[in-house]
Amino acid sequence: MRRKNKITLIVVLVLAILAGNLSYPDYFNKGVDFLNNKFKTGLPYFWEVPFRLGLDLRGGVHLEYEADLNNVKENERAGAMEALRDVIERRINIYGVSEPLIQIQGQNRLVVELPGVKDVSQAIEWIGQTPWLEFREEMTREEKMQYIDVMSQEDIDQLLKIINEKAGKEIKKEEILDYIYLPLFKPTELNGSYLEKAQIVFDQTTNRPEIQLIFNKEGIDLFAKITERNIQKPLAIFLDGMSIVDTDGDGKITGNDLYAPVVQDKISAGKAVISGQMTLDKAKEITQRLNSGALPVNIGSPVSQRVIGPTLGEKSLQQSLKAGIIGFLAVISFMIILFRIPGFLASIALIIYITLTVALFKLIPVTLTLPGIAGFILSVGMAVDANILIFSRMREELKQSRGYLYAIEEGFKRAWPAIRDGNLVTILVGFILFAFGSGFVQGFALTLIIGNVISVLSAVFVTQNFLRLFSGDKSKRWLWLWK
Amino acid sequence: MSFPFAKYSKTYYIFSGLLVLASIFGLVRFGLKFGIDFTGGSLLEMNFESRPENSVIQEKLSKLNLGDIVIQPIGDKAVILRTKAIDDNMHKEIITNLSEISKVEEVRFETIGPSIGKELRQKALLLIGVSLLLTLIYITVAFLKISRPLSSFQYGVISIVTLCFDILIPLGVFSVLGKFYNVQFTIPIVAALLTVLGYTMNDKIVVFDRVRENLMKNRGENFYDLVNRSLNEILIRSITTGSCTIFVLLSIFFFGGDTLKYFALALILGILIGTYSSLFVASPLLVSWVGWKNRRLTKTLKVG
Repeated sequence: MRRKNKITLIVVLVLAILAGNLSYPDYFNKGVDFLNNKFKTGLPYFWEVPFRLGLDLRGGVHLEYEADLNNVKENERAGAMEALRDVIERRINIYGVSEPLIQIQGQNRLVVELPGVKDVSQAIEWIGQTPWLEFREEMTREEKMQYIDVMSQEDIDQLLKIINEKAGKEIKKEEILDYIYLPLFKPTELNGSYLEKAQIVFDQTTNRPEIQLIFNKEGIDLFAKITERNIQKPLAIFLDGMSIVDTDGDGKITGNDLYAPVVQDKISAGKAVISGQMTLDKAKEITQRLNSGALPVNIGSPVSQRVIGPTLGEKSLQQSLKAGIIGFLAVISFMIILFRIPGFLASIALIIYITLTVALFKLIPVTLTLPGIAGFILSVGMAVDANILIFSRMREELKQSRGYLYAIEEGFKRAWPAIRDGNLVTILVGFILFAFGSGFVQGFALTLIIGNVISVLSAVFVTQNFLRLFSGDKSKRWLWLWK
Repeated sequence: MSFPFAKYSKTYYIFSGLLVLASIFGLVRFGLKFGIDFTGGSLLEMNFESRPENSVIQEKLSKLNLGDIVIQPIGDKAVILRTKAIDDNMHKEIITNLSEISKVEEVRFETIGPSIGKELRQKALLLIGVSLLLTLIYITVAFLKISRPLSSFQYGVISIVTLCFDILIPLGVFSVLGKFYNVQFTIPIVAALLTVLGYTMNDKIVVFDRVRENLMKNRGENFYDLVNRSLNEILIRSITTGSCTIFVLLSIFFFGGDTLKYFALALILGILIGTYSSLFVASPLLVSWVGWKNRRLTKTLKVG
């Protein structure tokens, strides 16, 4: 019995230390820094896992759209939603939003979450705007050199390696352009806003479908200027930040595709033709998008919006942490005053419980939101309640002077059903809330469930063993500390 | 220390009865202030550099034809505007118009369109329905084991009556808060009450469990005294358990910021009322029912 105790406790302690460092690695890292400086050991930092913060703690925009799938056939609806999701994701990526969340919900709902974005109108514009058509011309040599200069060292090294393999000699950064062709393009003034119409035409000889772009008056002038200065040079056409058609033959449009036909002559008629490997369906799709200025499926304005300003997010985070810490301290003081040593031991068990749960939140990962933190704090309170149940029972047993170890065992045995049922009920309620709730409710339910599960485990494995460990050779005179 | 619980049952009944009446009155008279997640609409919270009076704001926005606008000042700089659901252009217009009075910073903005509003309402009702159903099932199963002197059915009925009490009083409180402090009744509050439902349900079971345990141990004892003794035994436990959870909730209520404030309050109310009702409503009811049953029994005996 004692052996098993010790092993369990050691395992728990090790886990707790790991978890504690995972939750807050600063102390560990400081230690590593110190050692590295003093003894030149090459120790790494502790595994860094950042917290995932929800919008209400970070600030940002949450939008929900309802897609109009009335004109889409039943079996194609999922595909249409996927396509919609992809296009919107690409658009958002152009604007460099960090960690955007774009999700399909249910049959026809699209949820877009943009952390850090402050202007909801701007976000709505980005999403709902016309497809972004661009014409890009090739950079001059100087511009390319500048581009290389700001490339990351890894990328430069990679280029140098490739050239080395091909040419068989070592070259310097400045000579890269002499040995390799870098397809680098910069935007021109010509873009989709000058487009009058797009239509499908068929090549006379091959009968393959092609897309014809017809520009408006300003567009015609711009196009003439651009083609004039790029004769015998490639002119790339981009749609929503990527090549407008598939060029490497894999049937998908990815970053590997680049559609950049060489300009043969100045074009003053204001018509451009895009040809290449495309099916009629694909050509139709692109033409449709260019013409209607719409997405694969119409989404209209958002049906629901939430905007949290960054200051509010920051404030909410701080406030909830403060509340958590104060609550935690209050509860610990209460336990120690009421139950003395068992209270103290239970506080340690509580700290272990908190570190384990927080580490779990980081690992899963659970996106922390305000209700999520509330759920966690609530389960901390309930975890303490479990301990109180155990100690109350223990006291009762001790009053009957049944001997110390007996009191502990009986205390647990008697208190266990109540603890188990209480936690089970809460976990059950949590599941119901999670299943039928949304947003706020789900965030709360999730942390409530996780918190309660860990609390049950903690009560069983940690508190109980702690108490057992310290019970061994206590003579009667220490008993008063326990009562 | 032995507190003669059951002796003062009349007091408890009267007090509880008053609470019930007050709550019903509140709900009927004031109703609940449903938040936009139930009604749909828009909520805009902004910080003003120098905050104008409500009437000034009202006037500025009158030309926008927004219909009913609820203006609620918060703290010393912020104002919350509640209107029907507005689109993005209107949103921008409101900000522009109000910026003319003083510099504004948007803190948060929420819009729930009518379709989402309806969906949320349905979900909430479903949630409540499922929870109540499961609670009933749980009660039935949990009390199957208890018998003598009341059947498990009777324990179940008492539990349900106390449950209604537990839900009614917090609702009453929120109707008053809604009327006088504009506190919104939102879906998170519903979730809070449901969470508490599970918690207090468990509390009742613990109390009745004690009664049962003592019943099994001392067959001879008078039921009245038995209940008394059980309650005394659990008194400390009941009060101290709820209390730790309440400590942390109070912490959230005072320090946790506006969004969580009333959510925490709902939880606190629920737990307080739940603990109160286990000790001072459910148990007296138990005793009274047995007493009533006994009187009926003796009456039949006398007659027969």
